Parts: sequence; structure tokens; C-alpha cells
Amino acid sequence: MIPEEIVRSPSWYESSARNRISGLLDADTFREILGPAERVMSPHLELFDLPPAFDDGVIVGRGQLDGKPVAVIAQEGQFMGGTFAEVSGAKIVGLLRAVAAAAGTPNGVSAVLLLLDTGGVRLQEANAGELAVSETVRALIDVRAAGVPVIALVGGRAGAFGGGGIVTACCSHVVISEQGRISVTGPEVIETNKGAEEFDSRDRALVWRVTGGRSRVLLGGADSYVKGDVASFRAAAARSRNAAPPFTLETMAAEQERLEKRLSSYGDCRDTPEIWARAGLSDPTSVPDIDDDAFLALLSEREIKHDAR
Amino acid sequence: MTPVELLSRLFPSGHDVVAGPSNTLAGRAKLTDGAAVEVVGVTDGAPLSPETAIELAGVIIRIVQDGKKTPIVLLIDTASQRMTRRDEMLGLNEYLAHLAKVVTLAGLSGHRTVAVLYGAAAAGAFIATALAAQTLITVDGAHPSVMDLPSIARVTKLPLEVLEKKAETTPIFAPGVTPLAATGAVMENWTVADNFSDRIESALTLDASSDTRDTLGEERGGRKVAHSVALRVAAEFGKAAR
Repeated sequence: MIPEEIVRSPSWYESSARNRISGLLDADTFREILGPAERVMSPHLELFDLPPAFDDGVIVGRGQLDGKPVAVIAQEGQFMGGTFAEVSGAKIVGLLRAVAAAAGTPNGVSAVLLLLDTGGVRLQEANAGELAVSETVRALIDVRAAGVPVIALVGGRAGAFGGGGIVTACCSHVVISEQGRISVTGPEVIETNKGAEEFDSRDRALVWRVTGGRSRVLLGGADSYVKGDVASFRAAAARSRNAAPPFTLETMAAEQERLEKRLSSYGDCRDTPEIWARAGLSDPTSVPDIDDDAFLALLSEREIKHDAR
Repeated sequence: MTPVELLSRLFPSGHDVVAGPSNTLAGRAKLTDGAAVEVVGVTDGAPLSPETAIELAGVIIRIVQDGKKTPIVLLIDTASQRMTRRDEMLGLNEYLAHLAKVVTLAGLSGHRTVAVLYGAAAAGAFIATALAAQTLITVDGAHPSVMDLPSIARVTKLPLEVLEKKAETTPIFAPGVTPLAATGAVMENWTVADNFSDRIESALTLDASSDTRDTLGEERGGRKVAHSVALRVAAEFGKAAR
């Protein structure tokens, strides 16, 4: 039997990118741009004898959230790890540029919702993917500078790794669930380069303590922590739309101070419970084990909000 | 090329650039017409750590706070981002993103930003430094990359020889100045015979108010579809509103 809460709202982690979008937006409002029917596919995967996808693993378009227009970008982590590549990246960049250009006009949107689910750059198209990340960063900042918040939603199977981790931290607000992971170099790559004594990628508890949603929100790397169902992500996206910091010199100076302080406070820590103990959590080792309600209660007792991103 | 040689070739009229903490350098230089530029750099091919990223970002924020809109020249010789559990635990993604945001902010705030890559830059460190500037120049000794071929071979599970063979037919994944220039990442590559002083001064006068790297990649044939796909999405975005 399927548990009642899963019937009510499916798991973000388990859902496809398309299902995440339909659960996130008001019913029947999503209008996809360059959808699968257009067959805009990677011209490079053939060289590697890999099958392309009709959407190249990225879905972009516009719709409504609580009756207000929003732009949506969703990566499908199940296709090529949701990677940034020539076509998938150009869809993201094209949408962000259009949003920035439309800001303040009748075509404008109230926010961009960025559903990250990515291992980073697609190595078969490494140069195009790397540039796509850089172009995404620039276009995303133009959107923010035009006064439109960009909300990152992280909770997919592929996490937000590599360039995806950098893009996440460029957003105005980051929403994450327990299963969400954010990092630059993935644990497997660190292990391959530096050995298992540096990072044992098979130690799941350790990987989660370093990259997982609870650690990120406690440290300030994410702003909203949600239960892992689609409805909770929707509620957080709607809420954070009105509470995002503007992209200004003042915000960047505040982020500079926030990140400097983190290094001086925790730079010598070896593991996250050490950080949490120093931050004054009464029972730091229990953080990974308590349920979401208890963790949310713990968060609400602490002032972790900052306008410095 | 050492930073000292590079600086004297770029700025023969003089500079006071000095080494800072965490493999950085910073200072001011004079152009031949006497105008000032700010110089910020990373040296020694050091992997980009949170410490280096925050140091560079701090220098650039102070330059923007100065309000003089002085051009900023970034001299880059790093590696990949540092790969340690500690750095990832501390949120290296935020430090790299912060640096990329601050460099972009400088551009938006009226500072012309030009990066001169004189050594290595890879993966996330490449995005946070050289690729964050409005214009990227490479000089002799530059080695930009996303990931080296042996690592790509490991991840894609293809033999290295097969990858090397494929790299001869497309600039889409191989490391180095030539393939990255073909895809639009690198605006100009200067050789030792060039007059760096003339060239930096003319690079500083180029208009860089919008990101045209996808157009460049299309013109050079290294990224044939990115620009047209982005344009199609933007055109449809207006229609989807109605």
C-alpha cells in the first residue's frame, strides 16, 4: 500500500523533472519552450555512441505560482546526470536572458525557479558545458540585477555538483531538502584524486554530513529547509520569492563578511558535528538522525537567516 | 611566463603590484597614456581554495567601493579548485560563486574587466576566475581546461587513445587554448612576439556590455548551435506569455 502522505504529495527526490514542474506550478499553467516535440538535441553525443534526448535533459518555460507568472528551468538528473552541455546550457541561458530583458515589462515574471539536478558539466561536451555554466552565471546575475529573484530548488538524485554547485550559490535564495546535496568536486572525484583517507565516497553518512541539506542550511549554504515532498518545495518557492536579497554591492559586501567569518570560525574543523558543537547546538551528533519535524524545530530556534547571497 | 615578466610587458609605464596572502597579488598599474588600472591576480598554479577566493573577492569589492570605475585586469595562474573534504564541508561552492559574482558585479558597476590567463585554470576555478571576466585573453603558457583527458577517459569509460582521436575531429571537449578559443571562451591569444602593452590597451577599449561568447563560438565554428538555441528560447519566451 502506498502511504497516505506520498499519495498527497509525491517525493521530490523520486519525481522526474516534468513531474516536479507540474507539482510546483498552478495546475495547467506550464508552457514549455522548445519542448521534446521540437527535438532540439545534442549534436555531440553521437560521437560517443550515446543516445540523445529530445529535450537534452533540460526543461524550460513559463507558468504561474499562486497566480503570478514565473519562469522555470528544470534539469533532468536521470538523463546524462542533468549535465550542462551545449544545448541544455543554451536553453537555460536563453531563458535567463529573456527574463532579464522582459523585467519590468508586461512579459516580465515574478521569479525564476531553478530546479537543479546535476552532476555539473557534461564531459563529452566539456568545453561547451563549462562555457554554459559561465554564461548561466552571467545571465543569472543580470536577472537578479534587473530585480527578479532566482530561487534554487535542490533535492534531486544528482544533487547540485560541479558547476551546478557554483550556479546554486549565485541564486538569490536556496531551498533544500534532507536529500539535497551541494558541492563542487564530488566525493568520488576527491577520492580518486586524493585517496579514500581524504574522502571515503562509500561512507554515505560522511558524504551527507559534508554535502547534505541539513549541513548546508546550518552553515548558511542554503536558506530554506523543507521536507522532501513536492508540495513543501512549492510552498517554500512561493514564500521565498518575496524575501530574496537584491544583487548589489552591499549584498556582496555582506556575503564577503559572512564567508570570511565562516572561515575564521570553522576553518580548522574536520567534520560537521565539530562545526555544530562550536555553533552551540546542544546535541550536534544527533543532527543527521532526528526526523524532519525535529530538525525544522531546531532551525526555528536558531537565527540563521542572512541577506548575504 | 612569470608574473613579474608579464607585468613588465603589460605595463611598461610602471606598476606597484605586490604579492598578497594565499597566492594572490594586487596593486595598480599605469597605462602608457597615464591612466590607471587595478591589477588583481592569482599565482603559482595554486589550487583555488576558499582562502584564495575570498582574498581576491575582498580586493575587488574594495575596488568597486572606491567608485572610480577603474578597469580591472585579472592575472590568472591557478589550477582546479582545491579538492579536499574540508573545503567542500566549508561550502567551497559559495566561495567560488562569491568570487564569480563579485567579478561580474565589477563589470556591471562600470569597471572594464579583462582576464589574462598566463598559466593553468581548470574546472570550477576556471569559472570563478578567468571566465568570470568580461574578456579572456590567453598568453604563451596558458593552459585552460575543464578536466584533463585522462580524467575524462576515466569518467566516460573510454580509452585515452580513443578520446585523443576524437579530439582531433572536434574542439568540444579537449583541453587547451585552441579548442576553448573555438568554442568562444577565449577572445584573443597573444604570442611572445606581440606587444602586450598595445594589446591590453586596445582590449580595454572593446565594448563588453553583453556576453557574446556564444556568438563567437558560432562564428569560429566550435559551438555551432548554442547561440541559435538561446535565441529561439528567448523568442518563444515572449510568445508563451500570450
